[in-house]
This record gives sequence, structure tokens and C-alpha cells, in this order.
Amino acid sequence: MNLDERLSNVAVVGAAGKMGSGISLLLAQQLGMAKAKNPDKDIVLHLIDTRDQGLYDLVQYIRGQIVKMAEKQIVALRQLYQNRGDLVENSEIIDELVNTTLGILRPTKELSSAKDCSMVFEAVIESESLKIDIFKQLKSFCKDDTYFFTNTSSIPIRVVDEGANLQGRIIGYHFYNPPAIQKLLEIITWEKTTKELQDMAEEIAKRLRKTVVFSNDVAGFIGNGHFIREGLYALQKTKELQEQHSFTCAVYLMNKITQDFLMRPMGIFQLLDYVGIDVYNFILQIMDKYIAGETFQNELIDTMIKNKALGGQRGDGSQKDGFFQYEKGKMVGVYCYKQDKYVPLDSTAEWDKLLGDYPASWKPWKKMLKQKPQAVAQIFSELNSGESLGCQLASKYAQASKEIAENLVKNGVALCNSDVDTVLLTGFFHAYGITTI
Amino acid sequence: MKKLRKPVYFACGYNTISLGTGRSEFHPKKPRPGLEEYIKEAGQGVIAQISDAKHIDEGIISNFIAARFNRQAHLAAMIPMIDKALVHKPCSRVEGACASGGLALSNAVRSVLAETADVVLVIGVEVQNTVKAIYGADYLAAAGHYKAERKNGHAYFFPGKFSDRAGAYYEKFGEEAARKAMAHWYVQAIENARTCENAQEFENKASDLLSLGMKSPNPKGFVDHLNLFDCSKVSDGASAIICASEEGLQKLGIAKDKAVQVIGVGQSEDDLTQAPEDLTRLTTTQDAVQKAYNMAGISAEKVGVIELHDCFSITGILALEAAGFAAHGKGGDIVINGDTKRGGKMPVNTTGGLVGYGHPTGATGIRQMIDVCNQVTGQAGNSQIDMTNERPYGLTINMGGNDRTVVSMVVKKVE
Repeated sequence: MNLDERLSNVAVVGAAGKMGSGISLLLAQQLGMAKAKNPDKDIVLHLIDTRDQGLYDLVQYIRGQIVKMAEKQIVALRQLYQNRGDLVENSEIIDELVNTTLGILRPTKELSSAKDCSMVFEAVIESESLKIDIFKQLKSFCKDDTYFFTNTSSIPIRVVDEGANLQGRIIGYHFYNPPAIQKLLEIITWEKTTKELQDMAEEIAKRLRKTVVFSNDVAGFIGNGHFIREGLYALQKTKELQEQHSFTCAVYLMNKITQDFLMRPMGIFQLLDYVGIDVYNFILQIMDKYIAGETFQNELIDTMIKNKALGGQRGDGSQKDGFFQYEKGKMVGVYCYKQDKYVPLDSTAEWDKLLGDYPASWKPWKKMLKQKPQAVAQIFSELNSGESLGCQLASKYAQASKEIAENLVKNGVALCNSDVDTVLLTGFFHAYGITTI
Repeated sequence: MKKLRKPVYFACGYNTISLGTGRSEFHPKKPRPGLEEYIKEAGQGVIAQISDAKHIDEGIISNFIAARFNRQAHLAAMIPMIDKALVHKPCSRVEGACASGGLALSNAVRSVLAETADVVLVIGVEVQNTVKAIYGADYLAAAGHYKAERKNGHAYFFPGKFSDRAGAYYEKFGEEAARKAMAHWYVQAIENARTCENAQEFENKASDLLSLGMKSPNPKGFVDHLNLFDCSKVSDGASAIICASEEGLQKLGIAKDKAVQVIGVGQSEDDLTQAPEDLTRLTTTQDAVQKAYNMAGISAEKVGVIELHDCFSITGILALEAAGFAAHGKGGDIVINGDTKRGGKMPVNTTGGLVGYGHPTGATGIRQMIDVCNQVTGQAGNSQIDMTNERPYGLTINMGGNDRTVVSMVVKKVE
């Protein structure tokens, strides 16, 4: 069965979730356009989730996004529909594509709706047992040649494959959040993953215009392999800073070093909040379980989980409180674990003074995005020899980050340094490759 | 008719701002004024300059297509909303696509000549930011021939039509020079708009306008031969003016030095169902302007200020040629050499024109007359240019659709 045939009957499991809804949209765009080009062909996209309201919201979301896509691609769409004499105005053409796309959607709470699917994309929460259970069920009623794509950011594919006995018919397909916008896609194979599935996975990624990085099947893969370890390093350094500073001050300093001094879009603790402390903790546990000779545990994270300072986003996309307290997206307080409350972030001038000067050629992250490697090298040479506390901590942090990246290659997770850099540049919006500094 | 049978004057113009992207007041998601607010503001802005609204004998309102943008027709009946004195006065609404404003002016002139009115309040309005440009393009396409042209027309229908004209012009006269002239058109439009507080591009602070104007078109997302800087923007706004006889001016208490006399009126129509024969020429524009010159007894050399219809930069250049300011194929030269800039021999669109001032379609023709009137009478404020005795006349050119309806007028200072 070729890819186009397979892409005519597809399911998304966990379709209404944060990742699932984005993946559903990407597939709806592909399959909807295919249906528009071949109106007589059977093309369906099953959207499977456990909540009726979630599925309702999902269809509304897809409708809104397809309208926007059609508006943007109107020049090409007028070509596509040039033989349809009944479609004259832009609005008629846009409505037609929207209706066609909505017409292929099959929102449902029944997992068994996927029984005739040639491809199933799973995007439920990051739980090994839940994923294995779903794949066991799918395997029991799906055809023998159905391919499975699991959107996991950490669970080894081997574990899921063996758990559900899929015999190489599953591949790791790790979208970054939000899937419809983020360009990066980590594809994870293990020794049993069939060549045909791997080729098809790559071709689908190309059609979705994703930047693909292949990762070996080691828990956490490349993205979380780097991020989780960097987070642990930051937590350790924060603890060390506490010898001289208050906890809230230490959190603030470490976040500022990792954002401003290192010229990144977010500080490390803001990023942890964005990801969600609970999600971070899930991944810690998975990596702890499957990676030998390394510990993935942290007391502070345990305390925050216990105190329900969890970060993550609300349904409307706004940021929930974690390490920081947020108001309209701005950080207004720092979490104090001893008292389980937030201390207002209103006078940080004293703390900023502790960090001291930036390197002379320093630029904020947004400006760094346009800099050439020589300029980056210059800033880092200044940073490494800088005498301010900020420069010194940032220099050590960058060194640690670089080592984490290089170890991913040494330990056979990533194929090469540039793959790790691609993940950091594309998936984490870094302005420079850490392995090149 | 060789000459108008009695003097007809325009005075007391009022323009609202041209609202749309580029104005700091504009927020796509916040509520904005509608037809009612614009009509009232412009109408009352004129009435504030005259002795008493009761002297207004007639109202004419021009609008292209509020029936789609605002789901509102029957705009003539909005004129009495401006002032109680206008209740039960004869009012009408005229439509000629983007030349609606020009049609309102020529109809007002006819009412005064017919002596059914001494004073006509002329208002133009359009509110187009109610929908995204891609849907607005559907509505505006009604200025073409729907049955024959729309299905195979471009998504952005009129940019597509004038992109085709630009393409034909490139082929005949060379792309490089034409593109350069179009970029200079943009520069001139923005520089002029920066002198006029009501202009949509008044706050434009871009430093390198020429390189913006030189940007390559993006045929995948837009049209083949035009970039976005070649195009007038989507605008909301209204303009209003008084058209009066000698007696009318007296009743209103308008000093003659604040009014212009219209001495040439040219109006011309071509067949909407037929495609233009030569894409590199605006033949209907040429006809209308020639009629206006003939009636005024002047030629292009006597014109000292021009308000012409640059819905696109290429249209501006074609109009210069059609109006006799340059030979066929040479319109770009006088833009590049600065003749059309303020301070040049024949300043064009001194408040920015459609590209710089904005293009609230139904209001544009009236806005053009107000600007020419202000220049000729020395009331143009920061936009004022020096008018000379060698070139004392003002010219307007208001074009509808793809050169199908055109109204052109020549005005002069009252002696």
C-alpha cells in the first residue's frame, strides 16, 4: 500500500489534547486537500478522544484554522477549483475547502473506529502503561499492516513495541508544542522499526514541512535528553547559590543567567513552567527508569509536585504558576518552597546588580537570531573571560550545556553534534548552536 | 456643451481621517466608526463652515458598495441624519465603483446648472475594514464584469487587473525603468502623506521608502507584477464638500477666495462587458480629461496641481500619460526626475493620493476635489505647494473599475 492510499484512512488517538489537536489539524489539512483534489475518493480522518466537549472544541479549532489556511492559499485554491463553475468568489472557494475538510472528520469516543485505518497517530499523555494499553487494543482490531506513530518525548519505542507486540510497526513521532507551528519533528526508530514505515514517516514529515531529526531509541531522545539534564544542572546550581542567597533570589538569578546572559528566548525555570513541572517530572521518572548509571531525581521538583506548583498552560493558553507567578504572561512573583507561596518580584534591581555586567558585545536573544557565527564566538569569548558573576555562571552553564549535547552523541542518542544543534535551534529557538561555541 | 452656462463653485471641504492599517487609531479587533459616524462627521464638518444648513437645497451621497461591506443600502436616507434641516430635502445616492465620488460631484454641478439647487451638499463614504482583504476583494470585484471576468480573475481581482496592465507596460517599455518609476511613485506618495494629518500613511516612518517600493512581487501569495507598496490600502473614511452657484455662495456666507470655480467637467464611460483594447493605455481617462481640458480651454501645460487616481502605482503613471503630462511610455520619467513631486513642475497627489492618503472608495473623488480646492485657494496647510501664474489650474481624475467610469474636472481660483 503506498503512502497516498494509507493517508486516506487515518486516526488520531488523544486527538483533543494539546499535542493531539495540533497533529489532528496537520493531518486534516493534508487529507482535506487530498479530498478536494479527489472528491470521489474515500478519505477519512478519525478523531478519537474520551471527552465530547474536547472533540467539539477540536472540530471548531480545525474549522477556524482551515479557514485561515484557505485564506492564505487562496491563489492556489482558485487554481485547484478552476473547473468548478459554481465556485466564483473567494468566499465560496474558502467555504468549499472548509466544508470538504469538515466532511472527512469522524470525531468519536470509540477507539474501535480506528479498525480500518492504515495509519494511527497516538498522542495521549506521557504514560507508558496507558500507551501500551491503547496499542494493545488497537492491535487487536486493526489490520495486520497498520502503522502506528506515537507522539512521545521520552518513552523508548522498544518498550511500547514490545509491550503491545507490534513487531516493528511503530515509530516515534515526537512533535514539538504547538505541533501546527513548531517546525521540529524528532523521529525515533529502534532496531525492529521497518524500513517502509521509516520512509513513510519521513515522507509525511516532508509533506507537513517539518524539519526532521532522527534520534536513537534512548529515553528522552535528543530534545529531552538535553533539556532534562540541563534542568537538573540548573537546579543543582540554584542549590549552590542558596549558600549565599535566598532561594527566591537564587531562582531569579539562575533564570536570568539562562535567559539574558545566554541570550535565549526563556530562562530555564520559565521554560520548566512552560513545559509543566508535572510533565518534567514524568520524563524524569522515565529517564530514571531506563537510563542506567545516571540519576534523574530532584528534591525540589518532588516538593513542587507535592505542593501542586505545577506550571503548564490553561485551556486558553495562559501560563499557570510554577517557579514563577504569572500575570498576563509576565512574571510577577517567585515561588518560595519553604512557605509554599509566591514572593512578589517587584524590586529586582539589587539582584540584577549581583550579576553585574554583560559582555561588551552582548545582544538580546532576538537580535542574536540574525548574528553570524563569528559574532557569537566573540560574545562567548568575552563571556568566558568576563569577571561579573553573571558572566562566570553563564560561562559554566554554557560549558555544561555543551557537554550534555556532546554526550548525547557519544552515548549514541544523536548521530552528530549538528543534529543536537538543530533540535536546540528549531525546537527550543536557541539563537546559536551550543556545540559550535 | 462648450462652457458651463453659469459659474459653479466648490468650497468648504471636510475630510475625516482615512482609517486602516498604518493609522495608530486602527486596531483590527476593536470597534471602529461605521458609515453613520463617518457620514455625520464629514457632513457636519462642512455645515460648521456655512451660515446655516437650511440653505442646503439637495444632498448627494456617493458610495461604492456598502451593501456588501456594511450590509447597508439606501444611503441617501442617511443624509437627513447629519442635520435636522436636511429632512425632506431631495437626496440621492450615486455609484460608479471607485469613481462614485466623481459622479456625485458631476451630478451636483448638473443640479446647480439646472437651477434645481443653489447649494448641494456632496458626501462620499466607504467603510471597508469590516472584512479581511481577501473577502473585500470579492466585493470590490463587482466593479469588473462579474459574469465574464470574475471566475477566471485573480483572487485579488483588481490588483490582478492592474498587475496585468503593469505586465503589458513592462513588455512594451521595459520592466526596469517602469519598476523604478513605480517605486518612486510610492516614495512620493508617502512623502506627501506625511504632510497631511488625515492621511492613512501620515505616521509612516519607514526610512528607506525606495527599497520598499523596489521589492519583488510575490506571485504565490499576491499578484505577478505588483508588490504591496504599489497598492492603495483598504480604508474607511468620508469626505464632504459644498457645490454652489453664485447665489448659493452668498447665502452660505462663503468668501469667494475660499472657493474654486469649476471650469471644465469631463465624464466618460466605456463598456463594462468588453476588455480594454490596449492594457498600456487608459483610454476612458484620456477621453474624460480631454473633455475637461476642452471645456476649460486649457491644456496640460497650464495645470499646476493634479489629484489623480493611483489605485496602484502603475495606474498613476498611466494616468499621467492619459492626461497629457507625458508621452505614451514616458510617464515614469517625470516621476523619477521629480516633476511630479511637491516642488516639481506638476505636483501630483499632494496629500499622498490613493497610495498614501488612502482610498475610502466612495469618498475618494470628493477628497480629490477638496485637496485641489485647498491647494488652489492656499488652504492646504502643511501640504501647501506653491502655485504659479503659469500653471494656475487644478485637475482631478477619478476613475472607476478598470478605466470604465471616469470623471475629470478642471478648477481655478475665483477672480
